[in-house]
Amino acid sequence: MAKVMVVTSGKGGVGKTTTTAALGAALAQTGANVAIVDFDVGLRNLDLVMGAERRVVFDLINVIQGDAKLAQALIRDKRIDTLHLLPASQTRDKDALTDEGVAKVIEELRERFDYILCDSPAGIERGATHAMRHADLAVVVTNPEVSSVRDSDRIIGLLDSKTVKAENDERMEKFLLVTRYDPVRAERGEMLKVDDILEILSIPLLAVVPESQDVLKASNLGMPVTVGSPASNAAKAYRNAARRLMGENVAVEIPADRRGLFGKIFARKAA
Amino acid sequence: MSIIELFRRKRTAPVARERLQIILAHERASLGGNTDLVITLREEILAVIAKHMTIERDKVQVKMDRGDEVSTLEVEIELPLKDNQGNSMRLAATA
Repeated sequence: MAKVMVVTSGKGGVGKTTTTAALGAALAQTGANVAIVDFDVGLRNLDLVMGAERRVVFDLINVIQGDAKLAQALIRDKRIDTLHLLPASQTRDKDALTDEGVAKVIEELRERFDYILCDSPAGIERGATHAMRHADLAVVVTNPEVSSVRDSDRIIGLLDSKTVKAENDERMEKFLLVTRYDPVRAERGEMLKVDDILEILSIPLLAVVPESQDVLKASNLGMPVTVGSPASNAAKAYRNAARRLMGENVAVEIPADRRGLFGKIFARKAA
Repeated sequence: MSIIELFRRKRTAPVARERLQIILAHERASLGGNTDLVITLREEILAVIAKHMTIERDKVQVKMDRGDEVSTLEVEIELPLKDNQGNSMRLAATA
């Protein structure tokens, strides 16, 4: 049975699109049929991160308004056969997203795919609630930073009240995905630790993606980090997250400060 | 910056953590869960206390915390030092 997941955060710039691309690619690399859907109408970027910006012909709004069939709007990834992108509209008004239209498209996607990942826009307005509305599961992307954690808390509240699952009194599965984590700074007490965030938000942990130069390098090239730098720690974290989402029992690895005593002493003097 | 400050590492994460816990407890009470119930409870508690002593509105805090299994209601009342007649308040009951 198809599973609809929303990648959301409240705050912008924490890595929702990067995460959608990386998780979508990792899921599709296992052979599963995956659709990644950009809900950020007017500010689409998933196409760019996926390297498909020049292949966009039709978009989500075209499908909703009946100007194109779903199959015409879906862009098949050139690297992974089972990965498809449904781009958002860059020119249309975000009011063009309607409740019924979104419901219909999600229903149609459910028939064709195993996993549907909805990349939410930032904020808590209609775009974000549309993206989460039909989700079976939510991946809450959070940076170890006060404003991001606060906004994630707000989004968790919306996931528990504004989704179809919540309205039917069903359990909305929610997972925390921490990005841009720097174990050295966390150890020094300069950055919230994963445990702090978990205690505050009290949802289960899906993955901790370390701060990594590979993420930017991959997006520069229009590649999900799981494709662009498969050996990087960030890619590993996303791959393990994908396996966990597929129901495998994989332990969450929290990046640790692996420098020796000498390195720590040196870092202290430098700081 | 003094030499001591140079060598003492500032641990700012615990401050971040504490500030978040406080602001989120407040926001969860006012935004999440049953907002109307929280407001009604607060007003009624204020009314009951006001019968017996002068109390400022912000001295009564009602918080509701949502959880997967249980939700908790936390009522915090900060009593004034003196009652209406100017007598010192005694928190311990004297029978």
